[in-house]
Amino acid sequence: MRRAVASDHFAGWAFVTPGVVIILLFGAVPIVWSAVMSFQRNNLLSPSTPFVGLANYKQMVHDPIVAQAIQHTLIYTALFVPGTMVVGLFLAVAMNRKIRFISFYRTAAYATMAISTISEAIVFIWLFDPSYGVVNYFFSLVGIPQQQFLNSPSEALYVIVAMTIWGWTGFSVVIYLAALQGIPQTLLEAASIDGAGPWRTFRRITLPLLSPASLFLAVWLTINALQLFDEVYLSTQGGPLNATTVLVYYLYNQAFQQFNFGYASAIAYFLFLVIIVVTVIQFRVGKRFTYYRS
Amino acid sequence: MTVTSAPARGGISGIRRQPGHGDAPRARRRRWLPFSPWHLVLIPATLVLLFPFVWLLITSLETPAEALRFPPVLDPHVIRFANYSDALASAPFVRFFINSAVVAVLTVLSNLVLCSLAGYAFARFRFLGRTALFAVLMATLMVPFQVTMIPQFIITKWLGVHVLAAAGIDHLGALILPNCATAFGIFFLRQFFKTLPLEYEESARVDGANRLTVMIRIVLPLATPALATLAALTFIDSWNNFLWPLIAITSTDQMTLPLGLATFQGAHSTEWTLLMAGNVMSLAPMLAVFFLAQRYFIRSVAATGLAGT
Repeated sequence: MRRAVASDHFAGWAFVTPGVVIILLFGAVPIVWSAVMSFQRNNLLSPSTPFVGLANYKQMVHDPIVAQAIQHTLIYTALFVPGTMVVGLFLAVAMNRKIRFISFYRTAAYATMAISTISEAIVFIWLFDPSYGVVNYFFSLVGIPQQQFLNSPSEALYVIVAMTIWGWTGFSVVIYLAALQGIPQTLLEAASIDGAGPWRTFRRITLPLLSPASLFLAVWLTINALQLFDEVYLSTQGGPLNATTVLVYYLYNQAFQQFNFGYASAIAYFLFLVIIVVTVIQFRVGKRFTYYRS
Repeated sequence: MTVTSAPARGGISGIRRQPGHGDAPRARRRRWLPFSPWHLVLIPATLVLLFPFVWLLITSLETPAEALRFPPVLDPHVIRFANYSDALASAPFVRFFINSAVVAVLTVLSNLVLCSLAGYAFARFRFLGRTALFAVLMATLMVPFQVTMIPQFIITKWLGVHVLAAAGIDHLGALILPNCATAFGIFFLRQFFKTLPLEYEESARVDGANRLTVMIRIVLPLATPALATLAALTFIDSWNNFLWPLIAITSTDQMTLPLGLATFQGAHSTEWTLLMAGNVMSLAPMLAVFFLAQRYFIRSVAATGLAGT
């Protein structure tokens, strides 16, 4: 018996070591390291990296671009997350039935999942091109004046919201469709026998049963929204006039264009804090509205 | 309401569902259209979803002069395939594709091996430090990549200079090594292994099989769905990853598709026909893989959602 346990120790460590070493080296060690760096002045220009206490964090508080970046990140998240969820829910409900061409409709939605953020951004820059873009053409057909879109400080962020909602449609449709198909038919039948119309059934039966999926999507999409980078990097580089500078873009800019590793680490930890706070709030609030069967 | 449950195949063979099953109220309502009214919603929605793809394809086949016309030319007069050869001549898209494929395939394979080993040990063996180690792994799972990317850059640079050049900055290995095992993969497989019945493993042990043999011969075949899910998710992540390659790679010949495409866009930002041709070539392989293995991808994505709920 004791030998079996001893072999467990050996086998256990032998099995986990390769994977764990990688994760410790590239995951755990960097977490501690960047925490330390956030208290150092580290800008690659000077060889020494002296500890400067909270100087990086203080600098952040007084940095007007950080304030703007926080604002843009939150506006973006507040529009992108509900937008994607509503579009996904609507399409999933519409697609959750056996009608002709349904697999074609579904595949069209799923296809948005297969496209990388970079491909997506390039297509949307072209669609929203101020001079030759097809969106401005559609606008002209219905009498809307020509827009500057990504060149306009007041519009650029919303164009990025639109392109990312499109890019995440497939994902939210898949999640909601899976959840819809888990709803037992008998519950919906019972509701209709009791005289509930389709809308009432949806509000009172379907929507509450979808709440775990909604909570998952809200949390997942928010975590991704707070880390928005690829589309901004490709389409606007944070411009025009910093109108689309979001936290991760500014962090990347500080880290790998200005090489202020210390300051960038402080921003990274601030981002981490924001993600934790927002996620905890979502779970707290979500728990009140989430209904779990079983 | 007609709720489609996945395995149901009713309606295809022309057998109507009995009245009173599922959509009783709807059946009583007079049908005012010869087709389901949901088509009126789904057709415009599908047009909006597909339009970017269609417009991408149209532009990639236009002449540069026609692309730069307003109002836009919706049906090009000349189909110009030369955009594709022009794009290939100005950036090595085949190279990008090969790099992406190498990185994605090696990342998937190493994740399957390393995460299976570790996940199985965490699920089944009792060894010193197991709980603490697992807690550390779970903690790394919560931290966003942006927190770790600067030290990861420094470590990768150091590794390249002092240990293994092929895993250093500006080498493909830098895109594989940091991702060749993930805390998510270990966690995901551990959860799955825990749901498997112990009996098979125990009887194999009694018959004298060692731990590794039991895992390979008995556990992994039972875990095929979980392994396929992990493979699909890892593949998508690796294929679309942009921020880390952007940091780690600077030479054109080491770039993956997203990074190569982004660089290409930077160099030809107003040559729309060229850009769209490059874009089509970049997204076509993933789109093809996606359609071929749609079932797996959809099931994998749905699984993350259902696991989260």
